[in-house]
Amino acid sequence: MAVEAQGTRLPWPRTRRARRALTGYFFISPFILGFFLFFVGPALVAAWLTMFDWNMIRPPFFIGLGNIKKMFADDLFYQSLKVTAYFSLVSVPVGLVLSFFLALLMNFKTRSIAVFRTIFYLPSIVPAVANAVLWSFVLNTEFGLLNALLDSIGLPKIAWLQEPEWAMPAMILMSLWALGATMVIYLAGLQGIPQSLYEAAEIDGAGRWASLINVTIPLMSPVIFFNLIIGIIGSFQIFTAGFLITNGGPQHATLFYVLYIYRNGLQYFDMGYASLLAWVLFFLIFALTLLVFKYVGRYVYYEDVGS
Amino acid sequence: MSATTPTTASQLLDNERFWRIFVWTVLLAGAVVMILPFLWLLSSSLKTELGVFRYPPEWIPDPPQFSNYFDAWTTRPFALYLRNTIVILLLNEIAVLVSASFCAYGFARIDFPGRNIWFAILLATVMLPGIVTMIPQFVIFSRIGWVNTILPLTVPFFFGGGAFNIFLLRQFFRTLPAELADAAYIDGASEITIYWRIMLPLAKPALATIAIFTFIGTWNDFMGPLLYLAKDPSKFTVALGLAMFRTAFAGRTRWDLLMAASTMMIIPVIFVFFVAQRYFIQGIAISGLKG
Repeated sequence: MAVEAQGTRLPWPRTRRARRALTGYFFISPFILGFFLFFVGPALVAAWLTMFDWNMIRPPFFIGLGNIKKMFADDLFYQSLKVTAYFSLVSVPVGLVLSFFLALLMNFKTRSIAVFRTIFYLPSIVPAVANAVLWSFVLNTEFGLLNALLDSIGLPKIAWLQEPEWAMPAMILMSLWALGATMVIYLAGLQGIPQSLYEAAEIDGAGRWASLINVTIPLMSPVIFFNLIIGIIGSFQIFTAGFLITNGGPQHATLFYVLYIYRNGLQYFDMGYASLLAWVLFFLIFALTLLVFKYVGRYVYYEDVGS
Repeated sequence: MSATTPTTASQLLDNERFWRIFVWTVLLAGAVVMILPFLWLLSSSLKTELGVFRYPPEWIPDPPQFSNYFDAWTTRPFALYLRNTIVILLLNEIAVLVSASFCAYGFARIDFPGRNIWFAILLATVMLPGIVTMIPQFVIFSRIGWVNTILPLTVPFFFGGGAFNIFLLRQFFRTLPAELADAAYIDGASEITIYWRIMLPLAKPALATIAIFTFIGTWNDFMGPLLYLAKDPSKFTVALGLAMFRTAFAGRTRWDLLMAASTMMIIPVIFVFFVAQRYFIQGIAISGLKG
């Protein structure tokens, strides 16, 4: 009936299948257009630019592999990779474990869960700029909150933003303040685990520890995996804190990779080199994601859902 | 449960009394750590210019300098920045809600060849770092003269409204029963009518979730305004204005005013969170569990 009704209204195209295809593509066309205009197009432009020396004023000058050679000889490129890897390797695992642990505890306190959830979640929605302004004062050597706390328990004050070896721990600490975003995802997952599984484990004589290892963690592994991937991708894109609080310093200790792209592109207007760096970041994240899927993904337990 | 004194860590965990104390202590300590920076912000925002440099810091400034808020607001034209932000915000809300739901309807309710491939591409773009296209987009937008306009910050949202939002709405549309549309089909309604008249009104909770995420995303965005609006102070958004406010006082850092301005920037976000907490949690559940 529906076919006929539509058929009388739309004489072209003839078959129902072709009509549905047309309607389907009509609906998703904004996405397809956007995908080509704002993703594929720019990515191709960037790929083309990697072979040029171009400051947006002079005409582009073809240098072939010149930018790649420059990159391999560029100390700051390696430095920015090192800085980003350091940040990612510490903040992602620590954040994942800590937020999982907190979500576990919170899941037991069913009555006060909403209050705690709110308190832990709020820091993660603080605007990045306000966050940077707040933390540059919290981390202030003489008058900051953090050193006041250290001082009050008898520890020496630390020049967080002036000492190269302390700047990164400060950034990581700051990122951990926002772990609530990860935590609420865990919490949603934990609340989806059927209570009957815990009851069954208890009948089998499993204590809290045993049910954590044998029930909670296997069932949560897809969520943990999701958070790991999102965490890695996010950590490679950190920018605002390094840009506003330390501007990459001291001694390039917080020269995050994206900040280095920004500098090359928007401050030195070295568009070819900046495009190359962007493509390298893309490949790095892509490779890392594949590796994680290959070597961590196999430990993820997927329930067979009947429906 | 054994009543013997616990010896190992796992036995200790099963001790009900110990467990309850443990959970409460950790959560309370964590909550204090989370709240402290907020209290610090609020407290500092009410201090005098020199009061922020008092050591050890006093938590309750006496008297509280409420005028800091007024001073911060007027030292730089924050009212103008707010207006600029609201314009971008409104455009993006319209763009995202209409465009994302339109695409999501296609992915969720129409079966057509190639749909799965395009959906896989959609999911891949959720994962791809947007930062990668930052430089070439800047190049293209400056070629077509869009730098120093809000176009780069709004127009892209009209094309799909963000892969993540499409995904979220698609998940929602799929939960709606197919029978809803059948009567309309019989009456000869087109897919567009069904999308606009039947499905969209039903999707209000999911649309609310997306509206909130779009608000937070646009309000908090710094990179976009930094790339495209930083040259012209009359076009600053609140985020950009606050970033530039740091250096507004030659040689001095007015922490009191900076903290007041930061507080003002945080308040709308927190307000929206409390008003719409339900939708936040919903969105997180959809994105986290089914992703």
